[in-house]
Order: sequence, then C-alpha cells, then structure tokens
Amino acid sequence: MRIVVAMSGGVDSSVAAALLAEQGHDVIGLSMQLYDQAEGQSSFGSCCSIDGLHDARRVAAAINIPHYVVNFERQFQEQVVSNFVNEYVAGRTPLPCAHCNGDLKFATLAERAASFGADAVATGHYARVEALRLAGDDSARLGQAVRPGGEDDARSRATRYVLKRGIDASKDQSYFLFSLTQAQLARAVFPVGDRPKTAVRTYARLRNLPVADKPDSQEICFIPDHDYRGFVEKQRPDTPRAGQFVDERGAVVGAHEGVHRFTVGQRRGLGLSSSPSGTPLYVLALRPAEQQVVVGPKSSLERTTLRASDVNWLIDTPTVPIRAAVQIRHRHQAAPATVRATAPGQATVTFDTPQIAITPGQAAVFYDGEIVLGGGWIES
Amino acid sequence: MRVYFDYNATTPLAPDVIEAVARASGETFGNASSIHHFGQQAKAVLDDARSELATLIHGDPSEIVFTGGGTEADNMAIRGAAEAIEPTGRRHLIASPIEHEAVLNTLKALARRGWRTTLLPVDESGIVAPDRLREALQDDTALVSIMHANNEIGTIQPIAELAQLAHARGALLHTDAVQSVGKIPVDVRALGADLLSLSAHKFNGPKGAGALWIKRGTRMLPILTGGKHERNRRAGTENVPAIAGLGVAARLAGGKLGAEAARVAALRDRLEEGILRGVPGTAVNGTRGSRVPNTSNISFDRVEAESLLIALDLEGIAVSTGSACSSGTLEPSHVLRAMGLPTHRTQNSLRFSLGLFSTDAEVDRVVEVLPRLVEKLRNLSRKVS
Repeated sequence: MRIVVAMSGGVDSSVAAALLAEQGHDVIGLSMQLYDQAEGQSSFGSCCSIDGLHDARRVAAAINIPHYVVNFERQFQEQVVSNFVNEYVAGRTPLPCAHCNGDLKFATLAERAASFGADAVATGHYARVEALRLAGDDSARLGQAVRPGGEDDARSRATRYVLKRGIDASKDQSYFLFSLTQAQLARAVFPVGDRPKTAVRTYARLRNLPVADKPDSQEICFIPDHDYRGFVEKQRPDTPRAGQFVDERGAVVGAHEGVHRFTVGQRRGLGLSSSPSGTPLYVLALRPAEQQVVVGPKSSLERTTLRASDVNWLIDTPTVPIRAAVQIRHRHQAAPATVRATAPGQATVTFDTPQIAITPGQAAVFYDGEIVLGGGWIES
Repeated sequence: MRVYFDYNATTPLAPDVIEAVARASGETFGNASSIHHFGQQAKAVLDDARSELATLIHGDPSEIVFTGGGTEADNMAIRGAAEAIEPTGRRHLIASPIEHEAVLNTLKALARRGWRTTLLPVDESGIVAPDRLREALQDDTALVSIMHANNEIGTIQPIAELAQLAHARGALLHTDAVQSVGKIPVDVRALGADLLSLSAHKFNGPKGAGALWIKRGTRMLPILTGGKHERNRRAGTENVPAIAGLGVAARLAGGKLGAEAARVAALRDRLEEGILRGVPGTAVNGTRGSRVPNTSNISFDRVEAESLLIALDLEGIAVSTGSACSSGTLEPSHVLRAMGLPTHRTQNSLRFSLGLFSTDAEVDRVVEVLPRLVEKLRNLSRKVS
C-alpha cells in the first residue's frame, strides 16, 4: 500500500515512517513547511522548524524513502494560526494541535497524498484506529451514520472506524484527534499508537535513526519562545491592551493588559496578590466585549455542565443520553458524565462531580474506556 | 527507468571529467602557488584548464579568473567593478528583473549601501528590449548586468546590442552566461561584454568551479582579499581538481557544440511537441525562437506545479519548477512574473532541461506518463473544490 507519512523530524513520526517501510509499504515522506524560512524570521519550535525539515530529510535518507517538503504556509495560517489568534482575542483558549490534525494533516495533506496515489496518511500520533467490519444487519443499522468520503468506497461502507487512545497512557494524543471524520479515519494510520514511548525510542536507536535521542517537542510549535501573548499582539495589533479585573459581584479589583493574556483557571501572572480574605485568586471567566477578567476563589471554578458545538460523533449520534468519560483538556483525567446530543452538532455534558476550569475553546472529548465516542468544542 | 530532465539545475559529469578530477585530486595534489615540483604540476593543471576555457569562449587565458562557481563570479563582477568604479562618481547599476538571484541580491546589497539600481522591464518572451536600456542609462551608470540565457525559460538576450548601448554611455556590461556557456557558441569578443560569468557544473563539469572572464584593461577590485592567487584577483588556494574538471568539460563542450546542440534541440522539440499535443491546457512560456536548445518551460492549466513535480518524481522523472535555488518557497517564479504572466501560470509551470545523456527513450517516457498524471491531479482538484 502506498502511504504518505507526515514527517516532522521528531522521533515519533520518524519511527512511524521506518515501521511502515519495514513492513514493506510504499512509503513517501512529506514534511510541511508552515512558515517562510527565507526572511530570517525567528524560527518556529521543534515540530516545523528548518531543523525539523532537515532531520526529516536525514531520516528519510536513512530508511531509503522519497521525501518532499510541501509548502502549506497559507493553509497553516488560515486553518491554524488565524484561529489560534482569534480565539484568544475572543476570550477563549485555543487548541491549535486539534485544528492542525483535523483541518490540515488529515485534510490538506491527505488531499495532497491522494494526488500522489497514496491510500493512507500516517502520523506519529499516540492513538489507534481500528476497523470494525460490520455484519450485514449492523451495516444496515449503522448505515445512516457512517458516511465515508467516496460514495464508491465499498471498503468503508461496510466498516466502522474506531479511534482509541494510544496504549501509552502518558503519551495518548487521541484527545487532539477527536474531530476526524469516518472518512478521515478510514485513511489514517498511527504506527506508534500501539507502542509505549520507550519502545519507540528503543526502536529508533536500534534502527540508528538520526533523531533517536531528540527531545520530545513541547508547547506550541509556531511560538518557540512560548510568548503566546506577544504572538497574538503581533498578529492582531488591534487587540485591546487594557481592561479590568472584576470579582464575582462585578467590583473592580485591578487592571490588566488585555483579555487575550488570560485563560480560565489561570492563577499565576495576574498581578493580583490575593483576595481580601487571603485566598488565592483564579481566572473564572473572560468577557472580551467588556475587556473584563473575572477572578475569584478556586471553588468558583467548579462546574458540572458544559455545552459543546461542532460535535463530531464517531458513533451513531445518540438519540438518548449516554454515559461517557469526558476529557476537557489534554492533561485532564476524563471524568464520568452524561452526554446529550441536543441538536445536530450540539451536545451538553453533565458531570457526576464538579470539574475545575471548564475552558471555552478547548475540546470536550467523550470516551467509553479507551474508545473515542466523539467530541466537540467547549462553548460554555 | 529514471529520467533526468533537470540539466539547468546541474549536469552529470562526463566520464573524462571524472577522470580529470580524480587525477588532479591524486597525482597533482600540490598547491599551485608552491615553487617545487608538486606545485608546478598543479599549476600546469590550472594553465591547461585556463587555455581550454579561453578557447571555448574565445577569450585570452590571462583574462580568466577561476572562482568557486557562478554565484561567486557574479558577485565578483558586480561588486568588484562597482568598487573600482565608485571613486569616479558613478553610483548607478542596471539589470533585468529575470536575472539569477546571485545578481539580483547582489544589487540589493549594493542598494543598501547607497547605490541606485534600475531593473529593466522584459517583454512577454522574457527579452530585454534595447530601447528600454537606452532609456534607463544615466551619466553615472557604472555597470549593466544582463544574463546571456535565462535559467528558467532559456531565452537568449541581445547582449551585443545591449553592450554597445552601455559602452556609449561609458558603462560596463556584465553578462551572466552560466546557462549559455557549453550549450551554444559563446564568443566574448562578439558579445562585446566586459565581464562574463560561467559555471562548470552546468556543462558536465564539477560543482564548486566557475570563472569570471574579465576583458583586459577592465578595472576591478578583488572581493576576496588574501594571497596573490589568480593574479591578485581572487585570493585563496585554487580548487585544482574541480578546475581540472572544468577544463576538460570546456574542451568536450567546445568539441561538439554544433552537433550536440542540434541533437539536444531535436530531443527538446520532440518533448515539447509531445507534451503540447498529449496534454490539453498546456503552453510554452517564453519564446520558442531565441532560446538555448535544451530548455522548455511549460505551464499546465489547473495543476499545481509542486504537486506535478512530486508526482513525476515518484514515477522516476526529475524536472523542476523554476530554478532549483527557489524550491521550497511558494513565491511564484520571479522570471515568469516579470514576463507579465498571470499568477496562476507562474505557479503551474515546469521546466524541462535536457543535456548530454538525454535520450529518445527518456522523451518517450515523459510524453507517455505526463497526460495520465496531469489528468489525475486535475480530477482531484476538481473534486476538492
């Protein structure tokens, strides 16, 4: 099978490519150039930097596969960077990696892969995708919900694709992949998802891959200095740069330099020592229209419900409330909840116990054990 | 079978060239500036190469300065002449917008240091009209730099005419002949140029060797300072093996210029006809008249050049979009843009460039494969949009 591997130059996607090549697939490495390297701008972080492209090329040479750099600067700006900036300005906390996966890697890159005759796109994500062959009855029953890309695709018509957590729980990235459709999952391959990270590194060393000991990438790849506030202000110079901290009753308790500089649940960097009673203050909510940052005690961060939009169901859209474990950010322990599909693309989640810092802009992903049932973007 | 149609990026070495490079790397390893036997042997290798190259371009061996390649030769010509002329009060430079980056970015660098620069318009076939130069020349124009043949479209400029105009106003004329030397007859006297750049690896010589021909009497300052190499014009121990290869490549090119050019032109024309006939929505960029015999630049309607290039490579066919130096950028070709082509055509064009080892079978293969690939890409993009 001809498979395009999205190669960042990191150890995970490098091993993904090496594994597929070893299995005898016709592997093509593609690296995405996501910003202009010519003008000597400060380079992006480890995932898409010029060093990353260089490392990807070296790995491709080492495992003897063709490798190309494709230029997706425009698409990256449109699909990922603009959204990132706009979300912060709108008082939300964006999740760029999920947009990059759903809207770039498994969309634009997948289209490009198809143009090279590739049947699938592989990445170095720690997640698993499994094909469930449906029996005739099931096929008829589920036929409504399963809508693979091509009408002519008999393979996926009779198959349901199941997205699961990677077996290395500490590295699991299924949270960032919830928006993949059945058609996208049908063509997705995650070669390292069924291995622990340590085994991935060991394999890289055994194969003498030149990136075997490269550190894991951290943070947001396009903001290498981690100064997301400065990045937002540079991309959107019109961003308001002054506002007020208010308490839960609306009383002004201080001044700040713009709503985009805060995220729900944030405690550090508020420039407010504590409440009059001496308990630490947290960001409870952001009101961009008024440029207000609402602060209060940690107990006020607790909520039991959330509303999600652009919900992507990987099972048939449930007609009755379902029980699920719902994860509300990357490092959150999925918590038991009841999920209701309220309208097409909409859902509400009611947790059994209150959760800390339900943050608009992040994803709420619904799990049954290790299986992703679906997920959406937190609105409130 | 692998097809290599990217000779304007670089060429495979002729077997005799490989042998010469190996010999000069082994037996004649000496430093050409040394007085002893080893130095003398290396010096002899340089002398031979200088003679061979002088013969190829109808210059005098004493007028040739070996460089580390075409880019260095272009830099030396423009910076070296500009610096020598500056005290006379001339502070203006002219070039065309379709020059190689080695020229364009050197002009930009000088502009940051206070030089005025003018880029002449080119017509839709990529040719500089002499009248445009006549209008642009000023009393303090120091140098005019116009390439002999363009790397992307192969168009040949009327250098002799341009040189006359430059000289009439007391300006020097430099021509970047990297893409013409070895492909077509180049006679520095007939061209009337003062400075001419060339590069060995564009005519089956090794990389890292080039030359600047400097007409006798032209005032130049060295851009690399150091020892007294190359008659004080280019400091640094000479790259004897690569220059040996350059010499042999020059001899081989000169020996079969006419016949080989005709052979390659016939292949190129057959390839071009095959593509234009076999693939709907294609057009030749530039002119089919005055151009080097090995180059064809073709636009493919509704196809992204980057995708077609990769699809071709996966079929074992190597071509390029514009120049090799600009790969990895989304910038549309500055050459096609300067010719006034609409944006979509500047981003859907491929360059096919043939050479010494190109065969009929390679042409057949490309003509056979292309229609299928183009149709596939067009169908996909239709589906997506």
